[in-house]
Amino acid sequence: MANPDAVGRSGSPFTLDVERGKIREFARATGSSDPAYLQGDHPVSPPTFLTTQFFWQDGDANAWQLVELNQQRGLHAEQEYTFFGPPPKAGTRLTAQSTITNMFEKQGRRGGPMTFVEMVTEFRDESGALVAQAKMTGVETGRAPEEEK
Amino acid sequence: MSTSIDSTTLVVPEALVFGPVTRTDFVRYQGASGDMNPIHHDEEFAKAAGFPAPFAVGMFQAGLLASWATAWLGAENVRSYRVRFKEQVWPGDVLTCTGAVTREYAEGDEQRVDLELTCARQTGGVAITAWATFVVPAAS
Repeated sequence: MANPDAVGRSGSPFTLDVERGKIREFARATGSSDPAYLQGDHPVSPPTFLTTQFFWQDGDANAWQLVELNQQRGLHAEQEYTFFGPPPKAGTRLTAQSTITNMFEKQGRRGGPMTFVEMVTEFRDESGALVAQAKMTGVETGRAPEEEK
Repeated sequence: MSTSIDSTTLVVPEALVFGPVTRTDFVRYQGASGDMNPIHHDEEFAKAAGFPAPFAVGMFQAGLLASWATAWLGAENVRSYRVRFKEQVWPGDVLTCTGAVTREYAEGDEQRVDLELTCARQTGGVAITAWATFVVPAAS
């Protein structure tokens, strides 16, 4: 079960280097051959690229683990990225921190009660300016949902 | 305050049709993203959790749909992208990514558009709905 005490807790700050090769790999994996992602030394990162924060969260940086969701019954409900200018480009070093901001229950149409959890991650550049924010909403279902017929 | 923008820049391009999607697509996305949840590639793990097969990481189709939108309006111009995951995507599915402009407006000295986007399965079921905001550069 999700741990309600996680709300308000943050992971430790972590560094995320936006890298050209990683942008290329990510673009390829998401069906893109857009030159904006593939050409030049400092291509822009795709809209959902900051999901790669997983790679940079060592130890206490991953706030999501505080939630203790059941991985077999955990699903991604919503994901949002907000950019306060163009998305970060290759060569940018970001400092990020994730916070569990909300947890609530809803009754599901199938599969019993569902627990929703929200985590917000802020990404700042070398000058400390907020360049992007990610908000993840996860859900733990009461039991595994049936396949949609 | 809002001023109209050159609608010729906003002709909706052809939909992106992708697939049939494979476990390899899922694994490549998982490797690229760092989300290695075994439910998306491990047959036994997925079945033990009550699913008939591994299913796509939702962020995979979120990425496909974002790729379609940024190919249209420019990768540097996106200012927000929000996805709601609705139906799972299974191996063999053919996905169609498309969208429409829902609002054109000025914010400060920038022209912006809001989009509503969908990635649908071959069944007609909607895998994800997304909402995006892009800056539209002045026509040169």
